[in-house]
Amino acid sequence: MKEQLEAIRVEALERIAEVEDIKTLQDIRITYLGKKGSLTSVLKGMGKLSKEERPVVGEIANKVRDAITTSLEAKIEVLENAALEKQLEAESIDVTLPGRPVKVGGPHLLTSIVEEIEDLFIGMGYEIKEGPEVETDYFNFEALNLPKNHPARDMQDTFYITNELLLRTHTSPVQARTMREYKGIKPFKMICPGKVYRRDNDDATHSHQFTQIEGLYVDKNVRMSDLKGTLDTFAKKMFGEDRSIRLRPSFFPFTEPSVEMDISCKVCNGEGCSVCKGTGWIEILGGGMVHPNVLEMAGYDPQVYSGFAFGMGPERIAMLKYGVNDIRTFYTNDVRFLKQYHQA
Amino acid sequence: MLVSYNWLKNYVDLGEITPEELAEKITKSGIEVEGVEYVAEESADVVIGYVASCEKHPDADKLNLCQVNVGEETLQIVCGAPNVEQGQKVAVAKPGAKLPGGIKIKRVKLRGVESNGMICSLQELGMDEKYIPSQFADGIFVFPEDAPVGESVNTYLNLDDAVLELDVLANRADAMSMLGVAYEVAAILGEDVNLPEESVTFSEDESAEDYISVNVDAKDLNPYYGAFLIKDVEIKPSPLWMRNYLMAAGIRPINNVVDITNYVLMEYGQPLHAFDYDRFNSKEILVRRAVEGEKIVTLDDQERTLTSDMLVITNGSVPTAIAGVMGGANTEVVEGTKTVLLEAAYFEGSSIRKTVKETGLRSESSSRFEKGVDPNRVKKAGLRACQLLQQYANGKVLTGVAEHDDLDKAEKVVSVITDAINERLGTEITDSELGDIFQRLQFSFDQNENSFTIHVPTRRKDITIFEDMVEEVARIYGYDKLPYTLPQGSNQAGALTGRQLVKRRIKRFMQGAGLMETLTYSLTNEKSVKQLMSPEVKAQNPVPVSLSLPMSEDRKYLRLSILPELLKTLSYNEARNQSDLAYYELGSVFISDETLLTKQPKEQLRLAAALTGKWTEQPWQQEKKEVDFFVAKGIIEGLFNFLNLEVTFKPAKLDNMHHGRTAVIELNENTVGFVGQIHPTLAKELDLRETYVMEVNIDSLLSAFNNVPSYEDIPRYPAVTRDIAFILDKETLAGEVKQKIKEAGAPLVNSVQIFDLYEGANLPEGKKSIAYRLLYQDPNKTLKDEEVDASYERIIETINSEFGAYVRS
Repeated sequence: MKEQLEAIRVEALERIAEVEDIKTLQDIRITYLGKKGSLTSVLKGMGKLSKEERPVVGEIANKVRDAITTSLEAKIEVLENAALEKQLEAESIDVTLPGRPVKVGGPHLLTSIVEEIEDLFIGMGYEIKEGPEVETDYFNFEALNLPKNHPARDMQDTFYITNELLLRTHTSPVQARTMREYKGIKPFKMICPGKVYRRDNDDATHSHQFTQIEGLYVDKNVRMSDLKGTLDTFAKKMFGEDRSIRLRPSFFPFTEPSVEMDISCKVCNGEGCSVCKGTGWIEILGGGMVHPNVLEMAGYDPQVYSGFAFGMGPERIAMLKYGVNDIRTFYTNDVRFLKQYHQA
Repeated sequence: MLVSYNWLKNYVDLGEITPEELAEKITKSGIEVEGVEYVAEESADVVIGYVASCEKHPDADKLNLCQVNVGEETLQIVCGAPNVEQGQKVAVAKPGAKLPGGIKIKRVKLRGVESNGMICSLQELGMDEKYIPSQFADGIFVFPEDAPVGESVNTYLNLDDAVLELDVLANRADAMSMLGVAYEVAAILGEDVNLPEESVTFSEDESAEDYISVNVDAKDLNPYYGAFLIKDVEIKPSPLWMRNYLMAAGIRPINNVVDITNYVLMEYGQPLHAFDYDRFNSKEILVRRAVEGEKIVTLDDQERTLTSDMLVITNGSVPTAIAGVMGGANTEVVEGTKTVLLEAAYFEGSSIRKTVKETGLRSESSSRFEKGVDPNRVKKAGLRACQLLQQYANGKVLTGVAEHDDLDKAEKVVSVITDAINERLGTEITDSELGDIFQRLQFSFDQNENSFTIHVPTRRKDITIFEDMVEEVARIYGYDKLPYTLPQGSNQAGALTGRQLVKRRIKRFMQGAGLMETLTYSLTNEKSVKQLMSPEVKAQNPVPVSLSLPMSEDRKYLRLSILPELLKTLSYNEARNQSDLAYYELGSVFISDETLLTKQPKEQLRLAAALTGKWTEQPWQQEKKEVDFFVAKGIIEGLFNFLNLEVTFKPAKLDNMHHGRTAVIELNENTVGFVGQIHPTLAKELDLRETYVMEVNIDSLLSAFNNVPSYEDIPRYPAVTRDIAFILDKETLAGEVKQKIKEAGAPLVNSVQIFDLYEGANLPEGKKSIAYRLLYQDPNKTLKDEEVDASYERIIETINSEFGAYVRS
């Protein structure tokens, strides 16, 4: 019987090794291990064996069964894997074909710049304030030390609606409003971005509507060096650590002393080129120490409080930082322009 | 203000400093120099020559054959200028000379005659045509008789002069004069100022007051009026150096009297006016406000109608000048003028400003009065002009001045303490450095250790308070020397407000949904301002807010809807073959119901979007999806979902919108916006294809929005879904049925979704089938079948009775 069992094992394993499809494998299982299978038939003859032989042969029979089963299972796995492989092969696609497009939107470049500046100043403890675009003559001019008939009003051509109402020419009225909100007692830091309007003909460098961001800090003992340090921090974050700034005296009715800030030209590194008109510097913003009249009108005692203020134009910053060369580009909304700054 | 470098040298020692270096220093100290330009490009080998003889060219009528002595030699030159004559001194470009514009002079033959050079006009020497005196405008320039033959014309004509263009802002009226700039430059360089000569030899026998008296009616507007009288003047060209300086300063020379008043205007910053006394027709000057409707013909031969706001100089009866703005033609100094009545006056800036605004006449004079002239220089300027008239017009200056004078000429006193200045600037300037700065500025002061009392010269009207003095100190000390510090005061946390945060999130959502942000103009035209207003805006009967003086009809009204201008940007792109657009904008509209605005309009924040063309496309799979109503609605639904706000959509018929494809959006039963297709007629007008728009009131949305939603338990028990399809009349709105299902199924029905729409075969005429998927959920237990069944039946009954609908089996 032992020989019989060994013959079955050899024959079965040989057949399994030769098989190439799962169906035949199943036939083999039935042939050897099925109820009427050859191994089963052999085992049926066990009754004839002596008591001593029975466990020995039984053990051999079990080993043969295990060997066949293991071999069968291994072969099944090989064949299944091959079948799957074949299927995957058949399913293959050209992965260089384009994907299903996702609709890509994006912010307007000016929004990106305004938000970048907002975040930068939020990081320095500033809050963001907003104000109306249709302003009163009082908040746009008078509260900022620009009484009626002041010659400096000529600096800003104004869209009037009535004698007392106008389109704000700068975001400075928000400064005047914020100081009143804090009632002459609370120190504060704020910036105010927004749309402003000037009576200009639209051309490459002028727009009757544009954006402005102003900042204001009012407290006890505010120094002009604080303004310089703040603006330097801003310029380096906005334009790069390798930029330097230069302050020049200037004039604004609402600040005294007043400053104009230049940053070193990125194109020529201060050597002088066509972008900076040979000076090595590019004018970027204006500011100064808040004029005592402005503080006083808003209820802050200029003997106790001082402050600094500054204002800048995101269009100008965008033009310098990204090389946009016509201010009208921001408002015509050519999709080819908008798409250039998806990621900005 | 144009500042001639050579002219400035008369008042300050500029040493070796170049015009460009000077410009840089002036800019850094506070007056921006916008550019440095040279009067002319330098010409080489152009010299003064003497025309020894001048004959007609043998073969050409219009040419002359001249023998010109240029010093070492005499050149034969053919000249075509109409004004060339024997005996003139002229500018000669010798062979080999280079003229501006790259012209090189060579020996040539003109009509058979040799010509060894060129006699030049001022234009040919590179001077700006508009400053060239009229007698030389159409020909060669003729030098005065004493011009040295053989000398280079560059120096003699001041062609090598550099002109600094100063951008003088409203506060620095003092820098509107050569003397003012001299004081500024002297302070920067630490130099002295050399003041000009003002000494006049008066003619003792007669006095000005014998000829003229001065009366001022409008004393508030004219605190000083001085009248000088100069007899026997000889009208002729002014000296060449004066003409050169005036041309460099951008003023065209006319004759000696006019040039002298202009010269002193530029030198002192004090406008003067010369009348022809013999044509003044009176011995009285009366300064008064004009009578409404009064007329005067000004120097430019224009008749001007005056208003009672304007100040006029009269001869007691008729106006002879608009004060400080322009003289009258009837008293103008002309060729035959013998006696000059010279005005040196102080007019209040505010009045001049108004007059300029009303007449549109802005001149070198008016701009100085507007900014304010130095009260201590008014009379001095008059004397300086008298001195020059004596010297260059051979005039006899009569003794004294007829004047009205209650002008405040006192100096302002400002006190400062060194520590206070340092506290404001963040510096450590010492007392002696401070004293040095005041000295450089030529401010007289009394010092007591760290305390300074400064007498501010009246030329510096801008300095009245401590802060002004802080700026003076800072700019002379140098802004570049200020330290860099950061605020040390009270700290506060910076953060966006809830509203600002949500605004940003809305933008992010729209961008994520595939829309590009735009910025359009708030100002629009009359037609557009009334278009595509959202129904809730229109319900307020808004009157468009209009500008009183718009730049154009196209930008006259403040928008009531973002959409009209947004649609124009779509047209702009379509016209450039850029289709498939999805744009949004977040911005204000301006709502007022007042015809005459007495208060600010309400500014409402709105979100608008416009979509046209393909929404998605994948060509290689032949897939494309055009924008349709449901794309637009999906975006707005998505936004409200994102914000956890529930809105409903109702069909609406709105102007300029497709009547069958427009819905209003309601939030808590208030209309907050609309969505739909623009009317094909409007689309055609705008050259647009099928286009969908939406606009939503973000203010109302922000007030309904809950920034801090409270926690709700995640359901622990399983949900049960049931599908149900109703056969409905075609007109029945799917949304209304959905709403009823929700109401009838409450509280167990958690959500209702529409998942199928069927119209067509197997359905009766005029019917449609809509399938709803109901989600049942009880937060506290597992639902039993009976409970769900009961609710289901209730829903079917309700829908049946409300809509006559039945279940499709």
